[in-house]
Formats: sequence, structure tokens, C-alpha cells
Amino acid sequence: MKTLTTAVLTIFAAQAALAEEVRVYNWSDYIDEELLAKFEEETGIELIYDVFDSNELLETKMLAGGSGYDVVVPTGSFLERQVAAGAFQPLDQAQLPNLGNVWEVVTERTAQYDPENQYSINYMWGTTGLGVNVDKVTEILGEDAPIDSLDLVFDPANMEKLQECGVYFLDAPTELIPAALQYIGEDPNAQDIETIEKAEPVLMAVRPYIEKFHSSEYINALANGEICVAVGWSGDVLQARSRAEEADNGVTIEYHVPKEGALMWFDQMAIPVDAPNPEGAHKFLNFMLDAQNMAAASNYVFYANGNLASQDYLVEDVIDDPAVYPGAEVLENLFTVSAYDARTQRGVTRMWTRIKSGT
Amino acid sequence: MRRLTIALPYLWLLALFLVPFIIVLRISLSDPALAIPPYEPIWSKTEGLRDFLSRFDIENFLFLTEDDLYWKAYLSSLKIAFISTLLALLIGFPIAYGLARAPVAWRPLLLMLVILPFWTSFLIRVYAWIGILGTEGYLNQVLLGLGLISAPLQILNTDWAVYIGIVYTYVPFMILPIYATLGRIDAELLEAAEDLGCSRIKAFWLVVVPLSKAGVIGGCFLVFIPAIGEFVIPSLLGGSDTLMIGKVLWEEFFNNRDWPVASAVAVILLLLLIVPIVLFQRNEQRQRDAA
Repeated sequence: MKTLTTAVLTIFAAQAALAEEVRVYNWSDYIDEELLAKFEEETGIELIYDVFDSNELLETKMLAGGSGYDVVVPTGSFLERQVAAGAFQPLDQAQLPNLGNVWEVVTERTAQYDPENQYSINYMWGTTGLGVNVDKVTEILGEDAPIDSLDLVFDPANMEKLQECGVYFLDAPTELIPAALQYIGEDPNAQDIETIEKAEPVLMAVRPYIEKFHSSEYINALANGEICVAVGWSGDVLQARSRAEEADNGVTIEYHVPKEGALMWFDQMAIPVDAPNPEGAHKFLNFMLDAQNMAAASNYVFYANGNLASQDYLVEDVIDDPAVYPGAEVLENLFTVSAYDARTQRGVTRMWTRIKSGT
Repeated sequence: MRRLTIALPYLWLLALFLVPFIIVLRISLSDPALAIPPYEPIWSKTEGLRDFLSRFDIENFLFLTEDDLYWKAYLSSLKIAFISTLLALLIGFPIAYGLARAPVAWRPLLLMLVILPFWTSFLIRVYAWIGILGTEGYLNQVLLGLGLISAPLQILNTDWAVYIGIVYTYVPFMILPIYATLGRIDAELLEAAEDLGCSRIKAFWLVVVPLSKAGVIGGCFLVFIPAIGEFVIPSLLGGSDTLMIGKVLWEEFFNNRDWPVASAVAVILLLLLIVPIVLFQRNEQRQRDAA
């Protein structure tokens, strides 16, 4: 009976905003939970914080409508398509006094997905690169192993040897295809299927040596020495590095941005068009735009953020680590990609199935 | 009152099967769109019947015939479901037989043991198999420890793991209906068969097996039908080359955001299952009427 009453009350509360609450939907393991308590304390708003682990899942909820969330955090290229579908409401800058803290280096890039940054604010950003167990790889490929080059994972001669110690790739065509295109000197952001399909032979040639395509298991697999190379996301590899350090198991993990260039991605906070509490959502965004709060988030998850003012509060391990905040030279070399249209997406998914399954 | 009792199952079917099916069928006939929801309804209130007919096409179904991926996935799912059902029957029948022949006092406890795994989440039980079957898993450790193998077996991320997962998950659905029919067999029938000169094995084949047919068929359906559309087990235990229609459907829905084609895949899958079942039922009915 009590649960029923609570349920009924929740419905009424959401509609009449009697007791104010904000519902946030973000990636898993992506925030310092103390920040959530701090938000509730400062604003008196109840914060309901749920997590997801794939852009596809979030997008399906957004496009089905009526998700009930006030703030969601899709990656840029996915955000772009959801904006086109009319899934978000424009931000009200008057309710975001901390907006001045944003970093132009990031906003000028996120404008590619969200022109004038009308609908979204950057939460974190990172790169897709190489997670390497240095000792094992140099043992197999020698001291001059190309650990900072895509040669490591796209040259079949290297991969044939590396399969012995295990290689994982992200199960994400939108990450691996641009990397393969970059490797052969094509435009990584190619939108026509003819160019995109040039990535297929590159991936097919190394496919037999890939142990698994997976987007999260590589963190543990790298950390406990089960695999020696992963194509993965910067922060995840850094998590593997710190897990290995904590376990003190003799495994040394390094993250390298390939010298040929790497994909740079942005996770963007946005407010769904049918958010029950848009005002509360703005309060949450403004809270996260605060320099100290954003710094606390980055210090906790080891990802770079889009907040210039927060950089004064970042610990050295974060701001001075080129794997988190790449230097100007590396930054120049990073590329971004935009969303595929429906027809191209179908071709890309089909190609990915061929690569993964051989059919 | 009597009418109500007859109407109830039909209402149930209508609400939980027919209505959802019609919704899916409707989406399968529409066109994808970048909108919320991501398809253009084929029929809206403002349109007349003529507009509806002018835009009607089965493009999404035709698309499925153009790419051999779908047929391969359907066939591979059929194969995996068929073999799993056979294995579940081979394992489930002896267990059910043992249960039915066990002393009456033991039966509640034994039945409880069959049902016990359901008290843990299905997902957690499938995850447990990852820990058992992995190259660093318990199974390999035991086999290596006993000296039976010299290098770890690659079971996880192969079709073998999928079979193990499906059979493990669904074997109780095979045991319970078979047990129910076996429990109803009059023991005197077996005695009579033996009195009439049947050996025990012959009596088993001539008496027990035919009388448990209904339970075997029921159990096979209960295993085969969920196994064919299985998504969780192949995605957790199978390799990237394990092709099953449930995975293809997931990709259409989540990666391609193509609800219409995903719905078309689902409609075909349903027809592939429903048509043989209906034909089978009709045949059974005819045999019963003849008898």
C-alpha cells in the first residue's frame, strides 16, 4: 500500500511539481556521486540519477518519446541526429549564468553537431586510441613496436603476432571505420558509402586476429593482463591503467593517441523536448557549469571537460596528463565525425556485421 | 458465467497477442523517418482510405529478401533452436522420468530443485556461465588441474557456449510438462504390459513414451519458441560470428533506428513460428477426432 501511495504521489508530484525533482540520465561510472548530494543540498531539488551504457539505448528512448528525463548526455554525432528529429529543447541562456565558463576550443568543435550550441553543453570529451600493455607488446614486437601508431592494429603482420597475447576492438562501427579510413589516407568523416567501404578490406585483413569486439570488457581485460592491446576510449584505458596500478599485478597500461590522428568525441548535456521539469534541468546544467563542480567531476573520472574556468581546480594528474588533455600539437591532429544519414547508416551496420561475422 | 470463462482466454489472446501484433504489423508497413517516433504512420486520422491505399507497400518485407543476411540469420536461429530443443529433451526426459518414479515423499523436494534456479535472475545465471566457461574460468581450471587438457579450451564466445546457455536456461520448461504427463500414467498399465510378456524396456517404449507424447510436445514448444528469438544468451555467451535473428533484430532497432524493417523481421519470425504450430494443432485435432 505504501509503495502504491508513493507511486501515486510521484505521478502527482511530477505533474504539479509539488515536490520538485530532476531526472538525469548519464553514462555509467561518469560522475563523482558527492556532486549529486551537493546539488540536492544546494537547490533542495530531489535528484534522480539513472545511467546507461550505449548511445543506441539512449537514442531509442529519445526517439520513442516520453522518456521522463530532464537531462540526458548523448555523444555529439548522436545528438546531431536527435536534434534533427526534434528531440531537444533550446537552452534558455538566461537561466545559465555560469555559461561564461565554457571553453572555446571545445564549443567551436561541438558546434559541428549543434550549431551555435543552442541545445547542448559539453560534459566531457575524449579520444579513441590505443590501450597498450607495454611489456607484453615490446616482448612480442620488439623495442621499436609502433605503440603510438595505427600500424599496431591495422598492419596484419603486427596483428598476427599480437593475437597471441590478445587484442580487443570497440564494438562500434562509428569509431573503427573512421580510424581505418584515416589509416589509408581517406577522409575519416566520409559520408558516401563507396568511400566508407574502403575501410572494409583494412578491417577484414586484421579481423582473424581480433579476439573480440566489445565496448566495455576491455577495461578489465587490459587491467588483469588477459589482453595486450585494445582499441578503446581514452578514459576507459586510463581506468584500466589505474585498476592495474591498484591491483599491483605487474601490468603496465599506457594510452596512446595514434600519430596518424584520432577521433575526438564529445558527450553533450541536453534537455529533452518533453522534459517534465525544464527549469530544474537548467538548474542542474548551471550547477555542472560551475568551475569547481566540473573540476571535481573530471578529477574523479579522468576525462577532460569543456569548462575553461574549471582548469584552475583540476589536479595535476588530470590537467598535465596528455592522455586526458592532449597538447596543442596532438589536438591539431584529432578529427571529428558527424552522423550518417539513415541509408548510409544501414550500409555501415551491414558492413560491420560482415566484418564481425564474416557474413 | 460459462460464457465469461470461455471469453477470458480469448480476451487474453486479444489484449496480449493480437493487439501488439497489429501494432508491430502497422509499423512494418510504414516508412522510417527522423522524428519521434522514428517512422511515418501509414494511417492517420486526417487521411482517407484512398491516401492510405496509395501509400501502401510492402517495401520493408521485400528488403528482407534482397539481403541474404536475414535468411542466414533465420536459418541459423532455427538450427540453434532445434539442436537446443533436442538436447533439452535428451536431458529433460530422464530427469522427468526419475522425478515421476521417485518416492512420493521426495517429489516436492526434487521439484523444488528443478524450480530453484528461477529464484535467481536469469541474467545473473547467464553471467555466471561467463565465469565458468572463460579461458581463465572454473571449467578450464579444473580440466587443466586434472591434466585432461594441456591448453585452455575456447568455449566462451563460440556456438558451444550458446547451446550450453540455452539448454541450461530452458531445461526446466522441458522437465515440468513431461513430468506432469508421466505422473498421470497409471502404474498398472506397466504391470499389465509386463504381465503380457513385455520386457521393461519394451514396455517403456510401448506404454510410457506414447502416453507422455503431449508433455514432450508441450516441452519442446516451450523450449523451441523462446530459443529461436533468443537475444541475451547469444550476445553474452556467443562469439561475434554467432548469427541469430534476435541479434539482427536488435541491430535493426537500435543501430539502424529502422523500426519498420525491425518490425518486418519480427512479423516474419512470428509467422515462421505460428504457421507450423497452427498446422500441427490442426493435425492433432484431426487425429483426435478420428480416434
